[in-house]
Amino acid sequence: MRAAVVVFPGTWSDRDCLYALGRMGIEARRVWHRETPAFARDELVVLPGGFSYGDYLRCGAIARFSPVMQAVRTHAEAGGLVIGICNGFQILCEAGLLPGALMRNASLQFRCVPAHLVVAEGVAAERASPFTRAIALRRVLAVPVSHGEGNYYADAATLDALEREGRVAFRYCDAEGRVTAEANPNGSLRNIAGVLSVGRNVLGMMPHPERACDALLGGEDGNAIWESVRASVRVAA
Amino acid sequence: MPEYLVRIDVILRPLVNDPQGLAVRDGLHALGFADVATVRVGKHIEVRVAAADAAAAEQAVRAMCEQLLANPVIEQFSLAVTEAVPAS
Repeated sequence: MRAAVVVFPGTWSDRDCLYALGRMGIEARRVWHRETPAFARDELVVLPGGFSYGDYLRCGAIARFSPVMQAVRTHAEAGGLVIGICNGFQILCEAGLLPGALMRNASLQFRCVPAHLVVAEGVAAERASPFTRAIALRRVLAVPVSHGEGNYYADAATLDALEREGRVAFRYCDAEGRVTAEANPNGSLRNIAGVLSVGRNVLGMMPHPERACDALLGGEDGNAIWESVRASVRVAA
Repeated sequence: MPEYLVRIDVILRPLVNDPQGLAVRDGLHALGFADVATVRVGKHIEVRVAAADAAAAEQAVRAMCEQLLANPVIEQFSLAVTEAVPAS
């Protein structure tokens, strides 16, 4: 498998993503937002974190008009894997590839802090997503967050549907895996840190797995996501 | 075609929590404006658009709001079309 890391004006986490993917032995290339490449069937498309278009109007609202997004949409609709991290999650929501919206943190503060994630029940079991397949149920991942607008919102009917369909990928929890209000860094409804598309091939998450890819940087729990993707692609091939 | 100035207000839907509004309300209370019950913070956008008439201008800007200027998941909008303005 290989990966394509999309770069918008204002993207800042592309280099970290390339580094993290490289450490996992996944060949990765950068794709500039003006390009409209045909992504390979086995290619993981990464929309990294940052402040695309300066967060003008709303986070991710302008990036969705970049030419590359048509190729991302085509890839997603064909079942290709797409992961949006932080600003990438915001872009996927604005583009309608994922439900809901990311609002201003309830604290009104930019939060750059360690966080803990747990794979939401229903996802880790028989309906494991390509992004969580290698992660044991109730395993707690230490992955940092770094955002001012990560407060996940969707109406109650949408949230219920996400839960019912096992499309809540991750929830914020404490170090022991307890999903509590104190462990929620931004006010996200139901502690939601990541959601999946209907086809389970598109994941959006606010925490940064690429910043938890090396023990020297404080931990490598984020690699579990890239491992899952690699295993999924191998199974599919 | 004449140009119309359209004033748009975008604000969070009533059921969506608005921590910014709560913080501003608390600030007003701290200043002594004790009678302030609620504050909601939104944004104001002005668009100048060429259209056949005011109704056409409103229709066009409504579509702009639905597709970009407001996010229907969390926001609602209202708009007001003013008199035709001299072309810029």
